[in-house]
Amino acid sequence: MTSNSLNLLNLLVPEAVALNLKAASAEEVIRLLAAALLQGGYVRETFAQAALEREARLPTGLQLAGDINAAIPHTDIEHVIRPAVGLATLVEPVVFKNMIDPSQSIPVRLVFLLALEQPKSQVEMLQQVATVLQNPQVVQDLIQAQSLEAVHRALAAVITAQS
Amino acid sequence: MSKPKVILVACGTAIATSTVVAHAIEEEMKKRGLNVTTRQCKATEVPSLAADADLIVTTTPLPSNLGKPVIQTLAFLTGIGKEEVLKQIEEILKQ
Repeated sequence: MTSNSLNLLNLLVPEAVALNLKAASAEEVIRLLAAALLQGGYVRETFAQAALEREARLPTGLQLAGDINAAIPHTDIEHVIRPAVGLATLVEPVVFKNMIDPSQSIPVRLVFLLALEQPKSQVEMLQQVATVLQNPQVVQDLIQAQSLEAVHRALAAVITAQS
Repeated sequence: MSKPKVILVACGTAIATSTVVAHAIEEEMKKRGLNVTTRQCKATEVPSLAADADLIVTTTPLPSNLGKPVIQTLAFLTGIGKEEVLKQIEEILKQ
């Protein structure tokens, strides 16, 4: 693995990391993270709305092995300028619908907002997101993280182990 | 080498989820000595692409009666039940 690759740590935008967020809905979380990505020039103005519409049609809630569940909202590539990842951890869960069964609601406390361009170039980052989601300890560490440094440490544990 | 088995991997946008799933399946089947090729598509594209596939793996609901075996799973994202799903894929491909 090369240090300049598009891995999760490199793509995570510090301004789009919201820890201990208090939000009333999944929509609020997506809008907040999308606004930070827009501000940073990573996505187009259409991104937030497109991600919300996609979430309504094809939800991204994921029931994980541990107590904490996650969601990975994202949308089509035309709304993205350059790849980026936003992250929110929530004090109280918000409701996402289950990817595999949209009739089912899932309480979610960890959200990765993915701004993706070419799928092939981001496979490494996507694999890393999946690796994080599959590791209840890392998910727990992210939920408990109180600083960007703590988030980086939690993610680095997975990324180093994988390389 | 025999002709590779074709696995159609479907998700909502054909960008994020199916990339993870396709990558994981290719790696794992290679380890098992199975020659596979994956194609990613949106769930809505599955009916028009199903004819060429030996197996369809999807993370979102699909229409029924596709005429091909379908495995609906989030195991490659969440890790839950991954070994069982891999075994299931292997068995279908060996048929």
